[in-house]
Amino acid sequence: MIGNFDARTPSGPLDRKWTSHKDHSRLVSPNNRRKFEVIVVGSGLAGGSAAATLGELGYRVKCFCYQDSARRAHSIAAQGGINAAKNYQNDGDSVYRLFYDTIKGGDFRSREANVYRLAEVSSNIIDQCVAQGVPFAREYGGLLANRSFGGAQVSRTFYARGQTGQQLLLGCYQALCRQIAAGTVQMFPQTEMLDVVLVDGHAKGIVTRNLRTGKIDNVAADAIVLATGGYGNVFYLSTNARGCNVTATYRAYKKGALFANPCFTQIHPTCIPHSGDYQSKLTLMSESLRNDGRVWVPKQKEDAKKPPNEIPESDRDYYLERKYPSYGNLAPRDISSRAAKEVCDEGRGVGPGGRGVYLDFADAIKRLGEETIRERYGNLFEVYQKITGENAYQVPMRIYPAVHYTMGGLWVDYNLMSNIPGLFVIGEANFSDHGANRLGASALMQGLADGYFILPYTLPNYLAGQMGKRPSNDHAEFKKAERDIRAKIDNLLKINGKRSLDSIHRELGTLLWDKCGMARNKNGLEEALRKIPDLRERFWSRDCGIRVPGDGEDFNQSLERAGRVADFLEFAELMCLDALARDESCGAHFRDEHQTSEGEALRDDENFADVFAWEFQGNPATAGPKLHREPLHFETVHLTQRSYK
Amino acid sequence: MNFKLRIWRQRDAKSRGKLVKYDAPDIPAQASLLEMLDIVNERLLLRGEEPIAFDSDCREGICGTCSLTVNGEAHGPDHPGAACELYMRKFRDGETIIVEPFRVKSFPVIKDLVIDRSALDRIVQAGGFISARAGSAPEANSIPIPKHDADLSMEAAACIGCGACAAACPNASAMLFTAAKVSHLALLPQGEPERTKRVVSMVQAMDAEGFGNCTNTYECEAVCPAEISASFIAKLNREYSKASLRRSAGE
Repeated sequence: MIGNFDARTPSGPLDRKWTSHKDHSRLVSPNNRRKFEVIVVGSGLAGGSAAATLGELGYRVKCFCYQDSARRAHSIAAQGGINAAKNYQNDGDSVYRLFYDTIKGGDFRSREANVYRLAEVSSNIIDQCVAQGVPFAREYGGLLANRSFGGAQVSRTFYARGQTGQQLLLGCYQALCRQIAAGTVQMFPQTEMLDVVLVDGHAKGIVTRNLRTGKIDNVAADAIVLATGGYGNVFYLSTNARGCNVTATYRAYKKGALFANPCFTQIHPTCIPHSGDYQSKLTLMSESLRNDGRVWVPKQKEDAKKPPNEIPESDRDYYLERKYPSYGNLAPRDISSRAAKEVCDEGRGVGPGGRGVYLDFADAIKRLGEETIRERYGNLFEVYQKITGENAYQVPMRIYPAVHYTMGGLWVDYNLMSNIPGLFVIGEANFSDHGANRLGASALMQGLADGYFILPYTLPNYLAGQMGKRPSNDHAEFKKAERDIRAKIDNLLKINGKRSLDSIHRELGTLLWDKCGMARNKNGLEEALRKIPDLRERFWSRDCGIRVPGDGEDFNQSLERAGRVADFLEFAELMCLDALARDESCGAHFRDEHQTSEGEALRDDENFADVFAWEFQGNPATAGPKLHREPLHFETVHLTQRSYK
Repeated sequence: MNFKLRIWRQRDAKSRGKLVKYDAPDIPAQASLLEMLDIVNERLLLRGEEPIAFDSDCREGICGTCSLTVNGEAHGPDHPGAACELYMRKFRDGETIIVEPFRVKSFPVIKDLVIDRSALDRIVQAGGFISARAGSAPEANSIPIPKHDADLSMEAAACIGCGACAAACPNASAMLFTAAKVSHLALLPQGEPERTKRVVSMVQAMDAEGFGNCTNTYECEAVCPAEISASFIAKLNREYSKASLRRSAGE
């Protein structure tokens, strides 16, 4: 293995670890910072905040994104909010509670030290965002407002209408623009990272392709930061943007970075149901809706086809309130999603195809008035009406779970550095903080924590020992990586088959949704593992494979996407292998074989309280990846069966 | 549903483009306009023709990537909403639909329906920010902000940066875009220290990019997917006048 598989968790009491780690990390003096070049790939909340902050500190930053502007990264679509342990509501919140809720919500499959640090810096994030002009919702007295979110019994979520991700991202983007104007950050939009270059075992550069001109470039640096988001689009249909992909992290994996817990994928319970084959994406309805909406299906499956207003109260099953009385409609995402699948599997699902449940606002409208509901969720109701043509003030919304977020990602240590020295991974792209299930409003918190407050302390610790070690970008390793990338592009253009890319990607997505989605089992996963190589072979087959028109020296959207789907087709196998190897249920990873008598996830802490980190061993057809296990040590919390009842 | 399409095809920035006719039969009414283009592209590909290049990403109206002029209107006829939120059931069966890129001199065409909007980034780089270093921010509740001001600021901040305002304007003015950013920050106490410098620099950058001026036609407001009010342009003008006065008074 390249580098070191050591979590580097600092010793000492939990609440002192981060402080003492910062106190003992190496620093780079202000006049030396401009001598270091740092590459940041991705400009979402994690990448944008990291690039802006490192630029402000005086490092020379090059920031890359595939979108035409840094402001369009997919963080922009996050709706509900961002958690912070401010305890402004005086309702008993604290750093410890946020830490505990997050680690419990993740079903005890994340590192205590990392999660505690996240909770610890959460308050600074809100201060930072307010200072840079994020217009969070406020109360009449002028102080910040909060709402509650799934998996918590306190109100700690800060929000800006249903557009919190947008506002936080614009905060980052503006900070980034300021650094671009100051000349500390150089921005490369519409540029995709296609490989990481290692020199003497350290990550020292990347190979990129300019999506507009097709030009391939080698970029050398002293350290690389990947902030390239999650891989939910492996399922074809997800709430992710069309361009979201696994290419950067997967190619780093192929260069030796360990990929951790790839099977931990979050299925979000409140999305607009799927309506046909033409569909290109699924749209999320913020979880915040569950604050006021009540989820139900008919008690009898014979009623499932009836219009909802003809089903009397006594014939409705408010199944979340029934099964989880203390959290009710605010049960965590994995639990709510599975509960929806269960009632639909019983034939009680509503809407076309029977894959939907009602999210009903009638009671909330009666209690608070339509105006209040409009003020809280107006834009979400509009989105719903645009897509479905239905008015949710009058008829209940129909929702169904959809792939939303991926907890798995590249393995990183406490410094957010992968096992490859010099390769840092932040935000959704790493695996570190959410365990087997992420709580609502925690993704924004993690992205910004990593970029504003963690990486700026841990990156210098690495850079301090790297003065003068940046190679030139015509080093032999760069030339070799560039040749490989050119060959890969040529191969894609040479297939010239008969199928469209989307049709193969859809096929992969359907397979994964069935076999490695909300519930998995041994037989299904083995079946998927047999079918994926076959699908991959068909993708590359000269006569029945995909067709990529045009050439590589041009703006070619088909070619961009073909490269990404080729990586998904390999990555899917890793995901299923991980799901098969993790012979327990935990959080979003629900193995049918392992459930309690009440149908809840049954963990096996004795054998699986580990991080699974996979090492690439060469062509997946001939050599499977090698599994490394990092045991999780719980010094503060007691592992319990998660209960939201 | 069945449609006749006329779509702008242009090889690259230097080539001349033209409208090309395509048939789009058997389109589900629940598909979005972009999904209709996906279907058309899949068919073109299988026929051995080059698919139509168009930009999109989130496909839920928030990222601002899609930038189509549909039947002569920026983002098409179903306002407010971005082109990705336009559904085929809004058209008549058999209708001819004309799809072009946003037409603004400062947004050159890259290929087909894809344009270069980096001019908008450069306007923000000129001053559309509050200088706040990570690490030095005061406690978030230390400055209360009246709810009304915060809400109004949010209304301006909701801009998705798509550029439809400039595309709809007969003068190709980006005043609504610039006004939204200036107003968002000027309405907050945190934006106060850089208020004068910000508006002057941003307006200069806007002019330097070749955008025109506002003559109050309100076309921008009519097509804005984020429903940004044109009254923010009035605010921009006030901010700019005040800033100019302050500057000439030697501030």
